[in-house]
Amino acid sequence: MHRHIYQLQKGHGLCTSILTFSPPLCSASCVAADIISTVEFNSSGELLATGDKGGRVVVFQREQESKSQPQRRGEYNVYSTFQSHEPEFDYLKSLEIEEKINKIKWLPQQNAAYFLLSTNDKTVKLWKISERDKRPEGYNLKDEDGRIRNPSTITSLRVPVLQPMDLMVEATARRVFSNAHTYHINSISVNSDLQTFISTDDLRVNLWNLEITDRSFNIVDIKPANMEELTEVITSAEFHPQQCHTFAYSSSKGSIRLCDMRQAALCDKHCKYFEEPEDPSTRSFFSEIISSISDVKFSHNGRYLMTRDYLTVKVWDLQMENKPLETYQVHDYLRGKLCSLYENDCIFDKFECVWNGSDSVIMTGSYNNFFRMFDRNTKRDVTLEASRENSKPRAILKPRKVCVGGKRRKDEISVDSLDFSKKILHTTWHPHENIIAVAATNNLYIFQDKVN
Amino acid sequence: MINTMECAVDAQSLISISLMKIHNSRTQRGGIKLHKNLLVSYVLRNARQVYIKEKYAEIYRMQQYEEVMTVCNEIQELNPLDLDAEDADDEEQARAACCGEEASLCGSACHRDAAQPAAHARTASALPGCEEDCKEPEPSYYRSCCMEASPVSHCDQFPANSSAHCNKTTVLDLDTHVVTTVENGYLHQDCCCDALQCGQGAQSPAKKRKVEFGCCVSDVEEVSDFTAARKRAKREDCSYSHPDYTDTSNISNLISIFGSGFSGLLSRQADLEQICSKQVLASLGAWTRAIVAF
Repeated sequence: MHRHIYQLQKGHGLCTSILTFSPPLCSASCVAADIISTVEFNSSGELLATGDKGGRVVVFQREQESKSQPQRRGEYNVYSTFQSHEPEFDYLKSLEIEEKINKIKWLPQQNAAYFLLSTNDKTVKLWKISERDKRPEGYNLKDEDGRIRNPSTITSLRVPVLQPMDLMVEATARRVFSNAHTYHINSISVNSDLQTFISTDDLRVNLWNLEITDRSFNIVDIKPANMEELTEVITSAEFHPQQCHTFAYSSSKGSIRLCDMRQAALCDKHCKYFEEPEDPSTRSFFSEIISSISDVKFSHNGRYLMTRDYLTVKVWDLQMENKPLETYQVHDYLRGKLCSLYENDCIFDKFECVWNGSDSVIMTGSYNNFFRMFDRNTKRDVTLEASRENSKPRAILKPRKVCVGGKRRKDEISVDSLDFSKKILHTTWHPHENIIAVAATNNLYIFQDKVN
Repeated sequence: MINTMECAVDAQSLISISLMKIHNSRTQRGGIKLHKNLLVSYVLRNARQVYIKEKYAEIYRMQQYEEVMTVCNEIQELNPLDLDAEDADDEEQARAACCGEEASLCGSACHRDAAQPAAHARTASALPGCEEDCKEPEPSYYRSCCMEASPVSHCDQFPANSSAHCNKTTVLDLDTHVVTTVENGYLHQDCCCDALQCGQGAQSPAKKRKVEFGCCVSDVEEVSDFTAARKRAKREDCSYSHPDYTDTSNISNLISIFGSGFSGLLSRQADLEQICSKQVLASLGAWTRAIVAF
């Protein structure tokens, strides 16, 4: 696996260190199966999960602080690797089901083991990740290799005892939730009740109980009677972080609907509808594409919604439906290049967005391995780059700037020099601390803000 | 109104690019991505709207604009009750007047500004302006803004000044094939080619067609050119999705019409126009929707 993990500490004027887990030699060829397709911190921030196009899940665990090596505090090491999904073939429809992991969602920890949900286009799986540091030894009926002993050779009995062993982390699939989606699953979300979750495809949202795999409830269905009349699809759905009866789903038309499951069994009728009217002066061939929402996230406090479309990030107040509270331009300089972005399919890229723990800063990715952070209070924003060249040891991450026209300053990069094959689609933020994980194709970058 | 200024690629290239994307998606691993194909179909629809608009604008621009303007101005003075009586005289005068000139063609709608000497440039820009006057149509509607070209023959008949200010858009509902004209804010339901409605208030469709047709007949070649141009537009649009589409029926219609002379044209023109435009537009709508439906 050619996966490179870089851990840096970024800071505004503070020292940083860099640690690489794999030698940079093999980074030249990027195997498609290694492309990271999702990243997610668990609810404590102790674990970080990544899924890739090859159906694998790699879980990192944060090192405990140690006095002997203080500079290695808080670094993430590989904890567990397992093959979550395999490619499948649907014989009935004669189509291949990709093994790519679309989303990973952690369940809050309730015992010593960790649980996560991972999904590809069609099937959701619940994985249990547990540690084993002891093993029983001294069986009577089988020897140490596991071979059955001849009972006639047994002359005495002994009680097996648990002996310490090297720590082993094993992942087992505990539930498989399948055969509920005709279309491609784009998101999953665990309910705050910790008993149910939703899985969402292009046209339907299904509600599951974590214990029951042979049954799910369809709670949203926007499939028209005549498919020729299809005008929009669901792009993402998420449960409210506190209200277990509320969820939101975004559409390809740029709208968000908030639904209350107590109202009816089928939540086709929304209780809130968020949409900003289109500005007719910016209408182009691609207006529909760039208004399609690629990600929707509730704020941690449950009062706001954040949505990402192709060029902007918007923060919505749940109490105000007719327009967003805040709109942030991520890379408006791309507005004039939509034609070529359409030709090379980049216009269909689905960028995610993420809140920090206190809901004061939002972050999203862009091209050229840039990612952007917006401080909602100070209204300041910064563009940073995830690249090995810029991440020397003890280097501070330098803000980047894209030159949109006119004279290009020394450190600026012009729009035409941007590398559109290097895109940051998936990012995640530690729930409490200023630690972010950013996926750049097949590389994972973890940045920490070092506080003195 | 779709802003095409920033786009380096024209509408026709976008159409072919979009169709390629849809075609490729059918062999992609993981099955057809519904979301992506829906978005591509939106681009296709937008490009088609612009492409058709440009086609009609192109057809329009082939005409001698000055003549058209004059004629149109004069047309507005036309007394609806005297249509039949004037027809016979008009034809001869029309032929004489329009000899050697590029004739204007029967369009399906008319859009002009009143009394504009520099009308050519204005009309070209008035086409987009027409769009702005009207609301964005539903996806199933197709808008055409065609300069009405027919009444060349009435050049000498009518005074040059035109008092009526015509502001008109024709909308074709692809589902019901009903043509609706919005004129000066008033809605008219009419058939495909009611070229002379502009500035004259409601007229009976039959009468209108007859008059307009009387003008057209002076230049039979232009009628066929126009139909051929429409057919070309139709063929180009349909070339990807309807490889076996034949317009032999239309061609045979034309041949039989011309064969039967003027009277044949008189009676068949309406049908021909209806067939042509209906088929152009219906076929475009049909395959666009067919692409989305899977």
